Amino acid sequence: MSAVVGQGAPIEDPAKIKVETPFRRFCSEFAESKLALGGLIVISIIIVVAILAPFISPQDPYDLAVLDIMDGRLEPGEKSGDGSITYWLGTDDQGRDMLSGIMYGLRISLTVGAGSAFIACMVGASLGLAAAYAGGKTDSIIMRIVDLQLSFPSILVALMILAFLGKSVTNVVIAIVVVEWAYYARTVRGTALVERRREYIEAAECLALPRYRILFRHLLPNCLPPLIVIGTMQVARAIALEATLSFLGLGVPITEPSLGLLIANGYEYMLSGKYWISFYPGIALLVTIVAINLVGDQLRDVLNPRLQK
Amino acid sequence: MSVYLLRRLIQAAGVVLAMSIIVFVGVFAIGDPVEILISPDADQFERERAIIALGLDLPLWQQYLIFLGKAVQGDLGRSFVFNEPALQLILQRMPATLELAFAATFGAILIGLPLGLYAGLKPNSVGSKAIMAGSILGFSLPTFWVGLMLIMVFAVQLGWLPSTGRGETVEILGTRWSFLTWNGLTHLAMPALNLALFKISLVIRLTRAGVRETMLMDYVKFARAKGLSPFRVTFVHVFKNILIPVVTVTGLEFGSTIAFSVVTESIFAWPGMGKLIIDSINVLDRPVIVAYLMIVVLMFITINLVVDLMYSVLDPRVRLDSK
Repeated sequence: MSAVVGQGAPIEDPAKIKVETPFRRFCSEFAESKLALGGLIVISIIIVVAILAPFISPQDPYDLAVLDIMDGRLEPGEKSGDGSITYWLGTDDQGRDMLSGIMYGLRISLTVGAGSAFIACMVGASLGLAAAYAGGKTDSIIMRIVDLQLSFPSILVALMILAFLGKSVTNVVIAIVVVEWAYYARTVRGTALVERRREYIEAAECLALPRYRILFRHLLPNCLPPLIVIGTMQVARAIALEATLSFLGLGVPITEPSLGLLIANGYEYMLSGKYWISFYPGIALLVTIVAINLVGDQLRDVLNPRLQK
Repeated sequence: MSVYLLRRLIQAAGVVLAMSIIVFVGVFAIGDPVEILISPDADQFERERAIIALGLDLPLWQQYLIFLGKAVQGDLGRSFVFNEPALQLILQRMPATLELAFAATFGAILIGLPLGLYAGLKPNSVGSKAIMAGSILGFSLPTFWVGLMLIMVFAVQLGWLPSTGRGETVEILGTRWSFLTWNGLTHLAMPALNLALFKISLVIRLTRAGVRETMLMDYVKFARAKGLSPFRVTFVHVFKNILIPVVTVTGLEFGSTIAFSVVTESIFAWPGMGKLIIDSINVLDRPVIVAYLMIVVLMFITINLVVDLMYSVLDPRVRLDSK
């Protein structure tokens, strides 16, 4: 401090001097890409819209009392029969406002996507950690299963699970978890194998800390950066997979329409030129996925130690 | 080489066996087949007789062995819906799916290689940046939505291409093929492009990465120093060396193309086995589900095996045998 004062620089309030914490550095590096920042803003808006859907949507698409079958398949911008609502994005065959439908659909898509990606992350990360820490037989068994599973495409594994268990939201979540856990397990194991040989793990072992404590309090936090990157990308993949399964009629039931189901509903009307029933939910899905991928891409660049400046 | 081949074969057989157990237990043990196979009006005596006749009173491992024994002889049960052998049903629809998958793979190479080559040779040009941005979209867009958009633009708005079915077919070797008639080709174009989209992006990225890496190699510098034309350097020296990863990945991707054709076939009403499996899952036609899963798994394992072996032939560095 005294050196700064000696040079005649204005004395700054020490509380205002920015200390470069790792978190601040991370934020400023992330903000370098305007595209990723835009993606982050879009995701935030989408999440807020999804949470607030019951309060801000023009219509409750589940409330059969407010639906008027006479308003079915109206074009975007048309008003309802009694003139009370303008359907900015048109209506579907039941006379449901598409804008409200999309807001509610986003809720389901995001919950299923993020929820299953999170569960997959917990399962995969735990198994990956266990494989790396235990080594030997445990390691080779877990990693063989991972290899086997990754050699089959996601859609096939998901089809298999849904064929066994039948259709429901829970089963879609199970299917996505089974599809995705292997990616987390492989990533975490790779990082944990390196971290495991570090001194701090040795120190923790010398302190005779319990194994779960070493795994989750010492090893796991140091494996987080790649996990965050994979996690972001996998949320996007989970949302896309859920939409695909719902589109095929194997996903969420008709009472809980996600974006994929909305798109499927509009499919038959598309051939007669009524594009909006499928088109707008598709755009919502697309914007969500692309925004998440943009953020994930930038996270990978920022968190990759090999690219660190 | 023969030791390696034998080891890989035994491994593959083990995986097939493991998958058959998973599929069998998955489809037959979860949910009660008795409920589906036997009429609910049947009395206790009839039920028991049917259970014994179907072998459902046996322990699971014995039922599995019977299933396996029949499966080896090509008998995977009869479809509840069509009342035809499940295997035959699937084999009938397989050519349509294979045609679609081949068209998609071929299209991906035809479109992806030149674009990737261009993006690799001129990495800073506007065109390359557009290609790379496009390839990101190809990765992140959900296939089914792109398919719908293709229908909307090319079938509904422009009316250029038909949206569903296979069109006219020509019979060769006892199976029907669409790609030999003009009408069939127009039917094939959109589904193939839709299915190829992901692979086009993949081929572009692989080719670009390969070109950029190979261009820095000493042998390319030497070829240039020797005064060879840029054309010869690109197409003989660079091109040959980037082909290995491209061939491997497109080969490996062929299996997932068949799996993902489930989506494309549903959108374009392409009468392949992907559409069949979705319909079968919806009506719980278990024998067809089992047969489909077993055939696709078998196909996958074969493809992986063939690609592995081809890889060791193509690239001398990965000959894994202990000479």
